[in-house]
Parts: sequence; C-alpha cells; structure tokens
Amino acid sequence: MTDTRPPHGGTPTPTDGAPLISLTDLRLTLGRGAGAVDLVRGVSLDVPQGTTVAVVGESGSGKSLTALSMMGLLPPGVTVGGGDIVFDGTPVARLTEREWQPLRGRQLGMIFQDPLSALNPCIRVGDQIAEMFRLRAGLGRREARDRAVESMVEVGIPDAERRARSYPHEFSGGMRQRVMIAMALSLQPRLLIADEPTTALDVTVQAQIMRLLIARKQARGLTMILISHDLGVVSRSADSVVVMYAGRVVESGPSREVLTRPAHPYTVGLMRSVPDRRRPGAALEAIPGQPPDPRTVPSGCAFHPRCPMARDRCRTEVPALRPVGPARASACHFADEVVGGGANLPETNDASEVSGHV
Amino acid sequence: MTVNPASPAQAPERATADPGTPAGPGTPTPEANSAVPAPARRRMPPRAWVALGFLALVVLGAAVGPLLLPYSATETDLPNRLLPPGARLSDGGVALLGTDQLGRDLLAQILAGSRVSVIVGLATVLIGGFAGLVLGLLAGYFGGWIDTLISRLGDAQLAFPSVLLAILIAGVLGPSLTNIIIALAVTRWVIFARVVRASALTVQGLEYVESARVVGAGHVRILVRYILPSCWAPLLVAGTAQIGLAMVAEASLSFLGLGVPVTQASWGATISDGRDYLSSAWWISTLPGVALALVVVVVGLVSDAYRDHTDPRAAL
Amino acid sequence: MLRFVLKRLAQALLIILASLTVVFLVVRVAPGDPAALILGASASPSDLADLRRELGLDEPLLSQYATFLHGVWQGDFGRSWRLGGDALANVLDRLPATLQLSACALLVTLAVGFPLGVVSARRAGSWIDRLISVPTLLGQALPSFWVGVMLILIFSRTLGVLPATADGTVASLVLPSVTLALPFLGWLARLVRNGVLEELGKDYVRTARSKGVDGRVVFYRHVVRNMMIPVVTLLGLLVGNFIANAVIIEVVFAWPGIGSLMIDSITNRDYSVVQAAIMTITVAYVLLNLLVDFLYVKLDPRLNPEHMS
Repeated sequence: MTDTRPPHGGTPTPTDGAPLISLTDLRLTLGRGAGAVDLVRGVSLDVPQGTTVAVVGESGSGKSLTALSMMGLLPPGVTVGGGDIVFDGTPVARLTEREWQPLRGRQLGMIFQDPLSALNPCIRVGDQIAEMFRLRAGLGRREARDRAVESMVEVGIPDAERRARSYPHEFSGGMRQRVMIAMALSLQPRLLIADEPTTALDVTVQAQIMRLLIARKQARGLTMILISHDLGVVSRSADSVVVMYAGRVVESGPSREVLTRPAHPYTVGLMRSVPDRRRPGAALEAIPGQPPDPRTVPSGCAFHPRCPMARDRCRTEVPALRPVGPARASACHFADEVVGGGANLPETNDASEVSGHV
Repeated sequence: MTVNPASPAQAPERATADPGTPAGPGTPTPEANSAVPAPARRRMPPRAWVALGFLALVVLGAAVGPLLLPYSATETDLPNRLLPPGARLSDGGVALLGTDQLGRDLLAQILAGSRVSVIVGLATVLIGGFAGLVLGLLAGYFGGWIDTLISRLGDAQLAFPSVLLAILIAGVLGPSLTNIIIALAVTRWVIFARVVRASALTVQGLEYVESARVVGAGHVRILVRYILPSCWAPLLVAGTAQIGLAMVAEASLSFLGLGVPVTQASWGATISDGRDYLSSAWWISTLPGVALALVVVVVGLVSDAYRDHTDPRAAL
Repeated sequence: MLRFVLKRLAQALLIILASLTVVFLVVRVAPGDPAALILGASASPSDLADLRRELGLDEPLLSQYATFLHGVWQGDFGRSWRLGGDALANVLDRLPATLQLSACALLVTLAVGFPLGVVSARRAGSWIDRLISVPTLLGQALPSFWVGVMLILIFSRTLGVLPATADGTVASLVLPSVTLALPFLGWLARLVRNGVLEELGKDYVRTARSKGVDGRVVFYRHVVRNMMIPVVTLLGLLVGNFIANAVIIEVVFAWPGIGSLMIDSITNRDYSVVQAAIMTITVAYVLLNLLVDFLYVKLDPRLNPEHMS
C-alpha cells in the first residue's frame, strides 16, 4: 500500500501559522449537578492548516464527542463543562445553535460513520446535496441540482445524473459515503471532520474512500481531522496522531514517529494488539482489562490498572501531557523509558506496513 | 402474589452484566460513546398506590355497597322522582346523588352499576385472558401449524373492528350479563394471546429450556415451570389495560340497549335513561359517567405504573 | 406494484366474505323465529310455515348459505320487514349522512390533532407540552357516548347554542363530529409528538444540522415528513375504532346514518337490514385500510417496489 501522505507531513497553505482549530483543556460533561460525569476530561490539541490530524482510541475514549463538540453537535445532555475551542480565531465552544449555523457547511463540514442512517432515507440523494446549494448558497432549483450532480461526479459516483434521483438505500455503502463526502464538501469548507468514515465499510472500499478523501483534501487545501479506530488508516493518511484514553490525550505527535516509537504504554499496547505484517504469525496481545467507566475513572494515571509498567507513582499522580521530543508529547511519567525501547517494537522507517483495527 | 416482575427470562442476562448490585445500572456497553448509564429500577410511584387504593374501594363498594344502602336500585318510587342531589325524600331520607325518573336513588343505582362494571371488567379479562394465555402458550411454544392456525385466526379476527363484533353478538344473543361477558371475551382473547405468544417465543429459545428438554422434562412441566412465569408480567400489564376498556365497552353496549337487561342497573343504561331528562335532571346522565370516567382513568394510571415498573425501558 | 395491489385486493375480498359468513351464522343462531317476528304473534301456523318456506328457513344450513351468498352477489339482502323496501337500499339511503359525519370528524381530528402534536414535540417537556397532554389523555380515556351526552347537556340544553340532533344545518354537525373526533384527536396528537421526538434523535437529523440547515427547515422538511410514515401505519389501526365509535355517536345524537340504523335493526331483529349494514360497513372498512396501505407504500421509498434497484 503506497504511502499517500504528502512528504514532510503536508504542505500547509501559507497563513500566519496559527492552527485552524485548537482545543484547550476541553471538558465535556454528561448531565448536571450531583450526578454529572466528565466524558472528556481536559483535551488540548492544535490542528495546523492543511494538515490531517488523526484522533485514535478505543470506544469510550471520548474521541467522537470531541469531534462533535467541534461542530456544536453534542448529543442532548452533554455540555461543554470547561475549556475552549477556537476556530480560525473565533471561540466557538459556547455558541448557540443559531450562531453555529453560518459556520456549519461553509467553514466546517462533517461526515459520519454510518452513511445509511446519516442520510435521510426519504429524500433523493441529489436533493439532499442540492439542499446545501439552495439554502446556503441561494441558488435556484435547477442550478443547485446541476451543482449537486457535479459534486457527485467529483467524488467518483458513476452515472451521477441518473443516480441523483435515487434514494440512499439504493446505493452501496461505499457510494453512500461518497455522497456524504460530496455533501459535506459542497460549499468548500476549510475543515472536514471525518468521524470513523470507513468503519462501516468493506476493507476494499475503505481504501477507496480514504484515497478519495486525501485527493479532495489535496485539491482544496482542506484541513482534516480523522477520528478512527483503525491504526492502518491513520498511518497511511494522517500527518499527526493524537491518542486518547479515558477522555484525555495520552500521546500526540507526527504519525510516523508515534506509531514506530510510541511514547506511552497505551499506544504500545494498541500497536501490539493489531496484526503487523512485519511480524507474521506473532501472537496478538490484547490489552488486558477494559477502558474505565467514566464514572469510576482510576486515580492517578487512568491507564494504570492495565499498564504493564505501572508503578506506585502512577496510582497517585496524574501524569501531565509533556513534551518528549520535537512536536511530540506524552502523558506518562516514564515516557522516556517507553520511547527508549521498553516497548520492544522492531524499528522501521515505514509505518505504513501496520494494518488493522484497534 | 407470586408474580415476579424480574422474570427468569431476564435473569441470565443480568447475571453477566452486573452480578453484585441487585437493581443498579449495568456497566455501559463499549459501543456507547457518550456512555449514558441506565436508570435505576423505579419503584412504583406513590400515586400508583393511591390509585390502587381507590380501585380497592371501588371493588369494595361494588361488592357491599348495594347491601349497605337502605335505598333500592330497582324499586320504583314515583312520588320522589327527579329529585336533585342532596334533596330530601318524602319519607325523610336524603338522596345524596338525587333520584332518577322512576324515583330510584341514584347513588344506589351507581353502586349497583359498579357491580356490573366490575364483574364484567374482571370476568372479561379473566376469561379472555385465560383463553389467550392457553392459546398463546400453545402457539408460542409449539410453533408450526398450531402457531400458524392460531395466529391467522387472531389476525382475521382483529381485521374486523371488535366492538362491532361485540355489538352483533350481544345484540343477537339478547341482553344478559353472561352474554356481554361472552361477547367481550371473544373479542379480547387475541390481544392476550399475542402478548403471551411473544413472551413464550422469546423464552422457549433460551438455553435453560433446551437443557430441560434434553433432560427429558415433559411439555406440560416445561410450560408451567419455565415458560409460564415469564409470561405473567406482560399478561398482567395487558390485563390491567384491558379492564378499563372492557368496562367502557360494557357501558357502551348497555347504553345502546344491547347490554344488561332493563331490570339490572348499569352505568351505561342509566346514562341512556337520563338523556330524556337532560334539561330537568342533569344528574342522571352525568354522575354515572363521572364514576365510569374516574374508574377508567385510575385503572389506566395503575396499568401504566405497572408497565413502567416491569419494563423500565418503556418509561424512557 | 401490481402484485401488491392484487394481493391486497384478494385479502380484502376474503375479509368481506368472512364477515358475511360470521353475520350469517350469528343471525341464524339467534333465538326467536324470524317468521313470527315478521308476521306478528297472532299469525296462523300455516302462514308462518308459508313464510318460513318463502324465506328458505327450512332448508339445510349450507343451502341457506348458498342462497344467501347468491343474493348478496346480486345486492339482494332481502326486504326490511320493519321499514319496508329492499334492505340494501335502506342502508345505502343512510350512507351520505354517515359519510358526512365521518368526513367532518376526520377533518377535525387532523386539523387539531396534528398541530397539537407538532407543538408538543417542539416544546417537549415544557408546560405547553404538559398542558396539551392532559386533554389528549382524557379524550382517550373518557367514554365517548358519555362525552357526547355531556356536550349536549352543556351546549344544547344549557347554553342553547348548538342543536343536539340532525336538522340539516351545518351547526348540527358540530357536536357529533367533535365528539367523534375527540379520542382520536388526542391519540393523534400523542402519536405525532412521539413520532417527531423519535425522529429528532436520528442520525440524519444530526447530518442536516451539520450542513448548517436552519432549525425550522430541519424540523419540517426532514423530521415531520419522515415521521408521517409510522403515523400513517398506525392510522390504519384507527379505522376500526373510528367506525365503531361512529356507530355509537350516531345513536347518541340520533344521527340518521348507517350506524343508528344498524343498532335499531339489531334491537328489533330486522336481520336483513343488519346483514346489509354490516356488509356495507365492512366494505368501507376494507377500502379505508387499503387506502392507508397504499398511502404508506407511497410515502416510504424504501418500500416502493419501483425503486428497488
């Protein structure tokens, strides 16, 4: 599988260098008052323009919620309990629905995991895309329809003119996802958030969709945030990686580095639990235990009950996310040990050989 | 009462999910991104108990009321006809709720009518429920042609508005308490059968039933010991809901003149009688209806509360 | 599509046949001698025997059934001994009045129930929602015939603003159609409310929001439109109850429709009219259900066979 990442981690469009979107100590809380639970417990991350940042973690790590919060689409009951989200210089963490409207679609777009449920089953696909042009760009019916067909062609849907009159259930999974992508990108937003875009698809189709996303990104200078279980997808497409566990960031850095020389035992565990072509026949080692229930997060380092390297300090002191190298950070008290080789992973320059899901 | 809302059908699942806590929320499934914990099992709200108490009073009143009251519900007393509530009778007594067009005390009428309503309500549900239970068990447990036969029969019957069927049967058989009960029970069994069948189907596929079969337990034993217990709760929920409906159906039939014979008091019949006297004696038509409405609403409350109690998910 | 239509039509015919059979059997089981009823108690035995032979009451049951079906096929249900004239003709005479009442009640149900449900859903959990839910719940729980009588008491006898029985004016339609509509209005409002709330939780709504589509457009164009589908299916259940209630309401308001005719005929054992009335009602019921089914298939593209690619 060829490495489709642009060389040197991407060529950002020339700007003042500020990240397009950045999260600062974001806390997302479920419920109010006494029974409130923090599902995301202080996430900070910066997404530079023109790059692709992948956010990986197990289910329950809070990665999807983090993504949703960046569009103001948190599910009912979940609120921003603290911290900030700044998009292109504008704080957006506490905008009302009405204030969000002009931004969505135009500045930021999102595609979701299950295209079958994410598309309206009773409206023709072409009309759903055209809705963007009619309502947000003020185009007339016919013109909007034409533009919708154009965008379907751009994402590689064959016979687009005719297919635009079909309903979502008449498409295959991959085609539906293409429709979603066409829809999300129709007004040329600057940021695309992809929440597990390939998880519901067949393996062969997954690759196609990822290629499409990269192609679209390069064509438009898009900034992309990719939420995924799938380390393989991440390694092939992302410039940098953020690893989340139990609602916090535990490691971040350029994807190549993080995946070949992880600086956190959790990341090591993730890499080990995934089939690796370089070690055929090697046993998969699942990380023992389960991610913690948000109501009963372990003291100190949340990972300590499952960590092979856990020491006393891990039980009592919460490790801060601190730098462990150029553009790399890790929230482990003993990150240097982990990087230094306690991880026992074979060295390689090409992390694209890693495949599989978390 | 040996009914256990925490039916055996749920037990195996709960054992793996959360062994220690009896009714506490289980661990969130790994799929739940924004993990919403399940609510704790709800107690029956206090108002359900109040409602139950009210119903107990009603049943008590139905059973003993007519005996306690000095006034007859059926003897005519023309000199005292059409007296408003609280009026004094010629013999010095007080008609608490007034008298009707034949001088009969309305309170006595209402109490006598309550007897009919309660009897019909309970009998219909008991008979229809029993028939539905048996047929539903057979259909759900044995499956195959038995199931097809029973289900098709039920579907066919439901395809036709049940009240019309009841009207027809009651009308043709003639006015009598038994006939109403028959007519109504015939139209109700399908609902109960469906509920029981659904329960039976779920349970009979579970492993512990399989193992009982393998060990050599006979059909009857399996049905009674394993399948039946899990059918109680939904059956009771359906039953409590149907009691109110059966009472309204009986009142409607009596209103139309197709229900109880003229000699017997029924709320529906009293309301119908009062129609000619709406301007002069509004209480005749109004008060029995209030009683009926009250009982139906309260039964509905109890039924809802019970359903919420046995199936917390339905309350969400 | 054609297969679907044919299948449903066949089902419809079966239902009609079944109900005819049931009516036939039930009437035959009835106590009392129809001949004596028609001629009166003072008729001579030979006259009674003659009439019985004429009505075919002496034949074996199966041949009576055959004769009956043959007659039905030709629209002949016999004569009404009470009103004179052909039974079916008597029934059909009353059809317009019933249609009038039903149509009006349906209108009221939709015009009031639907908006109430939508408002409830938009303001779910607020005092408006709770306020609306009280009468809707009551409307379903209170016995229809009593509500009708109460409305007559209030609006006709006490306030004197509306007539209590049919007198040819539009005003006389008001009380009966409102009474008939009441339980269904409440039911529809709850249904719409819950349907909307359920759709609001679905993924495609989130997608629409992520596109920056205005809240109100999301609500009406996406949610309400999609919600119609389950509502329409459940509407089918409504039909049976509606018909049954209509019969009772006609009696309450002495409305000259098929329902009141049927009840009178049952009480007076005019069985030819009873049979004709029940068949007419069954046909109406079946047609309405067919209509609902077609509507449902039309609305949901997932079921539309034309769109199966």
